[in-house]
Amino acid sequence: MSGDPLLRGTIDFVDVLVVLFKVGIAFGFLLVATMFMVWFERKLISDMQNRIGPNVAGPWGILQTLADGLKFFFKEDLRPREADSLVFRLAPYLSVVTAFVAFAIVPVGGVFKDGDPTSGTVSLFGKETYLQVADPPMGILLLLAASSIAVYGIMLAGWSSGSKYPLLGAVRASAQAISYEAALGMAVVAVVIAAGSLSTHDIVAAQSGGYRSWYWFATGLIPFVVFFIAATAELNRPPFDLVEAEQELVGGFHTEYSSIRFAMFFLAEFMNVITMSAIMVTLFFGGPAGPIFFGLDWLFPTLWFFGKVLVFLFVFVWFRATLPRLRYDQLMNLGWKVLIPVMLGWLLVYRAIVLWRDDKIDPIPTIIVGSIIAIVCTALLTAAFSAGDRAFERENTPSDREGS
Amino acid sequence: MSELVRSYLTVAIFAAAAVGLVGLLLGISRILRPQRPSVSKQMAYESGVDPEGGDWAQSQIRYYVFAVLFVIFDVEAVFIFPWAVRLEVYGLFGLIEMFIFIAILALGLGYAWRKGVLRWV
Amino acid sequence: MLSVLVAQNIAFGIIAAIACISAVRMVTTQNVVHAALYLVAVLASLAAIYILLVAEFVATTQFLVYIGAVMVLFLFGVMLTRAPTTGDSRLTGDHWPIGLGVAVMLAGVLTYVVLDFFGSDQLPNDPIVFDTADVGDSIFSTYLVPFEAVSVLLLAALIGAIVLVRKD
Repeated sequence: MSGDPLLRGTIDFVDVLVVLFKVGIAFGFLLVATMFMVWFERKLISDMQNRIGPNVAGPWGILQTLADGLKFFFKEDLRPREADSLVFRLAPYLSVVTAFVAFAIVPVGGVFKDGDPTSGTVSLFGKETYLQVADPPMGILLLLAASSIAVYGIMLAGWSSGSKYPLLGAVRASAQAISYEAALGMAVVAVVIAAGSLSTHDIVAAQSGGYRSWYWFATGLIPFVVFFIAATAELNRPPFDLVEAEQELVGGFHTEYSSIRFAMFFLAEFMNVITMSAIMVTLFFGGPAGPIFFGLDWLFPTLWFFGKVLVFLFVFVWFRATLPRLRYDQLMNLGWKVLIPVMLGWLLVYRAIVLWRDDKIDPIPTIIVGSIIAIVCTALLTAAFSAGDRAFERENTPSDREGS
Repeated sequence: MSELVRSYLTVAIFAAAAVGLVGLLLGISRILRPQRPSVSKQMAYESGVDPEGGDWAQSQIRYYVFAVLFVIFDVEAVFIFPWAVRLEVYGLFGLIEMFIFIAILALGLGYAWRKGVLRWV
Repeated sequence: MLSVLVAQNIAFGIIAAIACISAVRMVTTQNVVHAALYLVAVLASLAAIYILLVAEFVATTQFLVYIGAVMVLFLFGVMLTRAPTTGDSRLTGDHWPIGLGVAVMLAGVLTYVVLDFFGSDQLPNDPIVFDTADVGDSIFSTYLVPFEAVSVLLLAALIGAIVLVRKD
């Protein structure tokens, strides 16, 4: 039975303290990391564009985010007359809370040893525990649940503004989010197949024996690429930032938000970047697992985790500096006509390969039978479609087909 | 109370802390910020000109199909997860069953594709 | 052990109260989007109750499918047709007393059935954890045919939606 050893058996006061401590640490880390991320992105992108970037507030401008944040507090909060005040105020909460919740399942430290699912614990106040806020048995689904609630934040913000740009932006953004959420879920399935568990701790533990134990073949190739693309789209990061395509939609769903309420959406956006990078590290790259030097087993796992996350943060900024924004039709085509079919196919093909490797199936008859089924299905489909087309042609005389 | 409930309780505490943070920030700002409403400040933003028409704009109905497709693939994902954790037990039989399941849904995607509702004009 | 049970009962009471209040507000509110949001609150409360019952898979499914997909579909439908932020006072029809009567009767019947079936049964103190793998075993043995039938049902729903959206 897996699960956090801290929560097993009876609970005493120290256990509660440890839980609250972990919550506090994760909370503080996310906030500081978000502020760092905003600065990191601005600084890095200005380096890539031969600019200086923020350089006034603090050394290397590192306090720039704090200064910007403080400024938000003193700005008047405007709301259109037609806005739905209740929902308008609810939407920022939804965005921020979901950004936080997904991080709860990320293991940020702990000594993971060679695929042992019971490893990966640390000692806090004399109690053995996992260094992650929570490790529910179906933990990874919290990510999907959080991203589905995040859609509400966007949709409700746009609708409640009582204004046209936000509404159009919201419909567009939520259609994008749900399209890529489907692909994201499929990519997660591939990881679950490889690791045999839905718990993030188990997934990390299964890949903890150095880089050779990462699932290079099972998830490294197709699922990782699909997940990365889908995650970028979920985050509304360039090149998928159609949500706030300034040239078309002004600010998108948060056009009417100002002052600290706008800051909340901003915060959620950058927090999501960090959370998503952390999730990718967890699912595909062994999370905090890595070699430990000098016996500093409380330090190195966390360092490895930060290092891996930082790589992804860098890549996200790199994307923004490099790639031009997609058109909406390209975006939808990529989601539905490339990512999802590829992922579905990969799940079945990978499974078939594993069965073949384990000598459960004979390759040659399988390929023959599979090809015959594929050919028959394609033929039937083509026949059905052409029959449908002919019926369509018969029913529609040329005169009333102008509209279609 | 089992371990499962406890771990979700922890998630709930975490979420509650996030709600508290947003509430706190909004509360601080409420004290600090000026409040001088005027008619033009409360107008909806339409690139600088006065708003035309109502507060609602028609979007294309094609977005709806994507929502339906999403429902379908979400249900599919929910069914795939139990299969994914017990692959070894089900073996070839599980693969064939899952193949049929996915194939039928892929048929739906193919139909949508063929009918051009995935095409964006 | 006793205090844990008490805590669980209190949690259940709070969640159930939220669910009931949201359900009533969902019916009485004059704004379509608000109604949808109250429905989300009801569904989320149910998910929380499933968690209390240690039915993680059901809770997750409730969350992912109902809140994450079906309600998004509802909201899409509402936003794509007509949903003014100011609300619509004509949402309550003239036949609401009949609806109320039906609802009360249904509630009565359900209460009777549940009480009749379970009576004074108590939940075990140490509930059997029915995890994802067990759900999988059920799907791929007892409920194999319904499982495959679900895909056909979903296909039918999709084709229906496409036919409605397409002009031809």
